[in-house]
Amino acid sequence: MLPEEVSNYFHRKGTEMTQGTRTISVGRTLRISAIALVVGGLLAAGGWVFAQDKPAAPAAPPAPTAAATPPPPSKPDPAGTATGGIADVTAKTAGKPTLEEIAEFAGHNRVSLNLMWTLLTGFLVMFMQAGFALVETGFTRAKNVAHTMMMNFMVYAIGMTGYWICGFALHMGGLGALSTMGGTGLLDSEFTISLLGKDFGLFGMKGFFLAGSTYDVAVFALFLFQMVFMDTAATIPTGAMAERWKFSSFVVYAFFLSMFSYPIFANWVWGGGWLSQLGKNFGLGHGHVDFAGSSVVHMVGGVTALAGAMVLGPRIGKYNKDGSANPIPGHNIPMGVLGCFILAFGWFGFNPGSTLASSDLRISVIAVNTMLASASGAIFAMFYMWKKYGKPDPSMMVNGMLAGLVAITAPCAFVSSFWAFFIGAVSGVLVCWAAIFIETVMRVDDPVGAIAVHGVNGAWGVLSLGLFSDGTYGDGFNGVEGTVRGLFYGGASQFVAQIIGTVTCFVFIFAASYAFFKIYDLVWGMRVSPEVELEGLDVPEMGAHGYPEIQGPATLVHAMGLSTPKAPAMSTIAPERSR
Amino acid sequence: MKKIEAIIKPFKLDDVKEALTRAGIVGMTLSEVRGFGRQKGHTEMYRGGEYVVDFLPKIKIEVVTTNERAPKVVELIIEAARTGAIGDGKIFVLALEDVVRIRTGEHGEGAI
Repeated sequence: MLPEEVSNYFHRKGTEMTQGTRTISVGRTLRISAIALVVGGLLAAGGWVFAQDKPAAPAAPPAPTAAATPPPPSKPDPAGTATGGIADVTAKTAGKPTLEEIAEFAGHNRVSLNLMWTLLTGFLVMFMQAGFALVETGFTRAKNVAHTMMMNFMVYAIGMTGYWICGFALHMGGLGALSTMGGTGLLDSEFTISLLGKDFGLFGMKGFFLAGSTYDVAVFALFLFQMVFMDTAATIPTGAMAERWKFSSFVVYAFFLSMFSYPIFANWVWGGGWLSQLGKNFGLGHGHVDFAGSSVVHMVGGVTALAGAMVLGPRIGKYNKDGSANPIPGHNIPMGVLGCFILAFGWFGFNPGSTLASSDLRISVIAVNTMLASASGAIFAMFYMWKKYGKPDPSMMVNGMLAGLVAITAPCAFVSSFWAFFIGAVSGVLVCWAAIFIETVMRVDDPVGAIAVHGVNGAWGVLSLGLFSDGTYGDGFNGVEGTVRGLFYGGASQFVAQIIGTVTCFVFIFAASYAFFKIYDLVWGMRVSPEVELEGLDVPEMGAHGYPEIQGPATLVHAMGLSTPKAPAMSTIAPERSR
Repeated sequence: MKKIEAIIKPFKLDDVKEALTRAGIVGMTLSEVRGFGRQKGHTEMYRGGEYVVDFLPKIKIEVVTTNERAPKVVELIIEAARTGAIGDGKIFVLALEDVVRIRTGEHGEGAI
């Protein structure tokens, strides 16, 4: 700040504190203003203390009702035991609420707490975007950091916009009443078709731009919570498709997923669509149950990543002529580990928040199950890599923890702590095995392991729900009476519903995404040129290096205004594409 | 005059620098370099896949000294940089035609 600005600033502060400083003109020096501020502050503080000592004398003219029962004198309450009482219940006669008023107040309180819980956990999930950005950037190369980071950054902004335009409406437009957040059934329009005499909900039709009758606090809270979940799915493929994807093509993809592919599948499971009604319509358990999104969020992201990575093809240098794979190490392990911790922290919003209610105390079971599965995922990935390859690979331990979290996301509310640990343990081994299988057998190049972490373990998560749900929770879930039971607890039909949901997720999302990517690739092209890929995407695609001082020579040339250095002649190397 | 170039293991830099400064060497230049010798790099693991690191990181020290002191300097470097394991590095001794101190324009041994 310039001295004059500082002076003005202090002057403004001074006038706020006390009237005395108003006499000081704007042009005075900093010193005078600062002294005035101190003196004025002392005067104001003294006046305040004085006012405290006086017996209760309302400053404003007393209201008629307050006159009947004078407010009790204000006393400090350092222990916090006396703050909040009958006087805080909104009532016509202060301090004497009627039963109806108390009931009204209790209902309002319940919904307030639930709304606050939903919003706060939504904020936590929003921060998972930072975790994804760090994991994906840390596990890719330094020459592409600006590009990889910005995909993770812009997917938040673009995804949100797309979801606001029509994603939310297609996803949640036919949800019906949401009992935990006020029960106002504003989202009441689902497009359904009739088959075999049953209704199949396909997508919602209310809430476009959150306009009209959806201009409502509960709907807005639900929007925030569901938006950050959608964005989690949307940011998964950027890892699998990193280091070779045109940024322009990524932008179009982010609209596609947030506006169409994610909302439609999510509607089938969470928006009252046909998968959630399998129980009600066909007696298959509680229908396809996915508590917090192993299939809806993670498997959708992972399967989209698979389709995208297949259409893009592997990075140059990933595979040798004989088909064997070369590892391409990430450039920053600490970044990846920090990202994993941020994700694990955000998961306390992801899973416990999915109750959409702080009044549902199952949240403590959900939170503990979530952390146990993350622990066993990391531990078993560590031992698997240690035993099989001689060293506990850092990036696979990180992926092991994430795999445990992904897998427990669906069953977290329905299983005991033992099964939570077991589900995580299986996912820790599964993610190592799947990552290597995808790389060496399927020959799909996934730089960060997103397909193994989110796709494979997302499927394992929803299936494990159908196996281990112990029947202690979930009464009335998806409109079916009784608690949710898996195969090992007498609920075979629940397992069938989980299989149907998993297969549907794979078939629908893979077909839709593959078609989108393939058509886009044929018409506009999804992949950068080999020259750009070898130089690094940062400058050709984004116009800026992630690490200018490390990526030296090219930067120097750019800074001096000279032409871009020519990449080595690589016209003979065409990117290998999988068919 | 001689120019002595020593390629050493990076973690031996402090030992070498200390030995040389104790012996009265007043200046040196160092660079981070990469290279391989008979060992031909080594293999590392990443996510279950092996890959070869062809060029290992090394430190190159350049020291200029008089003909008489050169053998002593070489001896000191060997003593400080040796671990006995493969990859300890190499020392090259080159004859040096002239040295110029840019600030004063001095030539020869006085400029070292």
